[in-house]
Amino acid sequence: MSKAQENYDVIIVGSGAAGGMCALILAVNGVKVLMLEAGRNYDPVSETPMFQLPSEAPLRGGGTPEKPFGFYDATVDGGWRVPGEPYASAEDTNFLWWRARMLGGRTNHWGRISLRMGPYDFKPRSRDGLGFDWPMSYEDLAPYYDKTEALIGVYGSNEGLENTPNSSPGVLMPAPSPRVHELLAQKACRERLDIPVIPAHLAIMTERQDADRWPSELFPNNPLAQRVVGDSMRSRAACFWATPCGRGCSIKANFQSPTVLLPPALATGNLDIRTGAMVREVTVDTQGRATGVHYIDKRTRIDEHTSAKLVILAASACESARVLLNSTSSRFPDGLANGSGLVGKYLMDTVGAGVGGQFPALENMPPHNQDGASGMHLYMPWWLYKEQDAGRLDFARGYHVEFGGGRGMPGPGAFGGLEEYTNGAYGQRFKEEARRYYGSWLWFDGRGEMVPNEDSYCEIDPEGFDQWGIPTLKFHWKWSKHELNQARHMQHTFKDIIEAMGGKVTSTVHEDGADAIAAPGQIIHEVGGAIMGSDPKRSVLNQYCQSWEVPNLFVTDGACFVSNADKNPTLSILAIAWRASDYIVDQMTKGVFT
Amino acid sequence: MSEISRRTAIKVIAAAAAAPSVFGGCEPPEADPARPSSPSANPLAAGTASDPDLLEPIVPWERSLDEHELETLAALCDLIIPADDRSPAASTLGAHEFVDEWVSAPYEGMQKDKVLVRGGIVWLDAESARRFGAGKRFVDLTVAQRTEICDDICYQPDAKPEHKSAARFFDKIRDLTATAFYTTREGMKDLGYVGNTPLASWGPPPDEALRHVGLI
Repeated sequence: MSKAQENYDVIIVGSGAAGGMCALILAVNGVKVLMLEAGRNYDPVSETPMFQLPSEAPLRGGGTPEKPFGFYDATVDGGWRVPGEPYASAEDTNFLWWRARMLGGRTNHWGRISLRMGPYDFKPRSRDGLGFDWPMSYEDLAPYYDKTEALIGVYGSNEGLENTPNSSPGVLMPAPSPRVHELLAQKACRERLDIPVIPAHLAIMTERQDADRWPSELFPNNPLAQRVVGDSMRSRAACFWATPCGRGCSIKANFQSPTVLLPPALATGNLDIRTGAMVREVTVDTQGRATGVHYIDKRTRIDEHTSAKLVILAASACESARVLLNSTSSRFPDGLANGSGLVGKYLMDTVGAGVGGQFPALENMPPHNQDGASGMHLYMPWWLYKEQDAGRLDFARGYHVEFGGGRGMPGPGAFGGLEEYTNGAYGQRFKEEARRYYGSWLWFDGRGEMVPNEDSYCEIDPEGFDQWGIPTLKFHWKWSKHELNQARHMQHTFKDIIEAMGGKVTSTVHEDGADAIAAPGQIIHEVGGAIMGSDPKRSVLNQYCQSWEVPNLFVTDGACFVSNADKNPTLSILAIAWRASDYIVDQMTKGVFT
Repeated sequence: MSEISRRTAIKVIAAAAAAPSVFGGCEPPEADPARPSSPSANPLAAGTASDPDLLEPIVPWERSLDEHELETLAALCDLIIPADDRSPAASTLGAHEFVDEWVSAPYEGMQKDKVLVRGGIVWLDAESARRFGAGKRFVDLTVAQRTEICDDICYQPDAKPEHKSAARFFDKIRDLTATAFYTTREGMKDLGYVGNTPLASWGPPPDEALRHVGLI
């Protein structure tokens, strides 16, 4: 239980990718940390339904409003809605805000796709005049990508493709052999479409971590860090090629904050965690420095205050923006760290669109195990750089392609739609048709970059209030032609791939990108809202996630993102949080935050 | 108890008033004595459907179909997925009970399906009487007689105008039967799904699979 430890150096709000990483790096460096998590305690080792069948769950495990990604999904008290914690959208906006009220937040159920942003992705404005450049370069973050990948365990390969960076030698774990449908797609794309299909990078361990090598390489001259990280690495097993990662992983083979970051952080003795603590605002003193936070204790429903020398918000992009906007005072009437007026602004999600196909070549496949690493083994990185440079595309920025299907575990909806393939088969013929068609469907999804715009933002809803008495968010959203045209382009690409593989398209290929694009927030890659930059008038944070106005206040989650490259954000959040934490430790060592 | 009856046992969710489960100390989560023994023991989220016990799942709503409706569904499910030398009939694996669970769920889509399913069962009985004599219900028919009716409603595009709604009902039951059947161990075995089992290593697909798609 919580020791009566009063004098914390740092308060961290949130326990997911950013909060977990900051907690670990600070704690191994002797910083006394209090972490506040709005959800409940959660232990993947004892709570994960690893081998349970859909038939053991209500509705065969299918999604419901309370569990949108299915019964077994590792999301507690969350999804698109959180009981008692509403949000609003402006007219003509249907923003979907995914939250998880649990230790580790969304790192428990995420897709584990771990792609580095490339050199172009840090300087988008310099390349095409749109959006903003980051105040750092790929070279600044590259060492932290290496360290993060080695710490959490990521499989993949180094292909040396444009703007698709290699990791340093020995950092990545071996990529798993592709499944048969992945090989089929690779062949068709290579021979007929000139689209690269290469090993995906996922935060799943295909072998055990080298616990004798990495702790000393990651944390030189830090015996405490080496001990706790070494012990943590030794406690993790390699993937055993079964069970969906989205349920969590009781053998700790994939990355979740509560299995990979928090146990070693706690083992230092420098971290306390308070769950059920819903932060409302950051408090400041007369000099305008952060003094601590107000939070609602969800058990007692009483407003509490706790103090520290430094506050880190890592509550997720929109939640951190909400805390800043709710931190009003006579000195900061428009919210804290908001002199630029940009808190809540430039929200970005990922452009998503998909097309399905059915493949005669995959029918009657000889039975064999296709579970693999649960996620994809291959993917298509963005490849049309030259066409874009030549002005042959009607949108800026790129997308990558994720695809899957095949002979996975049958779930709810298995063989829905077989009517049309079989002219209404039932009886013995239905069983035979099911055996024939099983595993012959694939789905292709684009994940593309959205250009930040003035019309996509969140603000405090003047009429909103959650059950903890905290003012809620209202979202505004507009796609530009870049996103809509990109979504249309995705759909045509997928149609081409499906047909090149000898398949038939099974879903609508929309000519209007507005009909194809996923709702804002639906891809759950929302970032921005407290962007970093090099000019205090045009950004909220500096490159170390430090508030320009309140130097002992940091925002280390996705809120700091300046752009939202087609590389899924979690790996970058982890690397940026580690870099910010190193900066905090360095400043503390110099006696800055006393 | 069998897997099905245990799973579908209706349990009343008690609002737990257990001690605070927060841990906050120097121990890793798995070693903390105050950690809840199960997620539902946590007072922050006790037993709600947004934080269910994933290891001991329950269906928290009451079933609503009556005995005759279940009997009729069992007959229909078995007509859709009969027993053969590879796997049992759908009702053996509780497909009709799953339809009951589905249409009894408190969600909008399922409530609509409930109207369709209950109406469809009445239609089946009425059609049985029309074709095979007053007083005959679907469950009283021979398999050949049942098939005669279902042949008219098994494919929506070809169904006569007066059979369109019944065909929609039939397709709903076919989908729910398939979901119920193929998500069980027996149904997965029937398809040749051989995963969900730990492996020491992961290798390329077998040659016969590569040959099947022309990759070798």
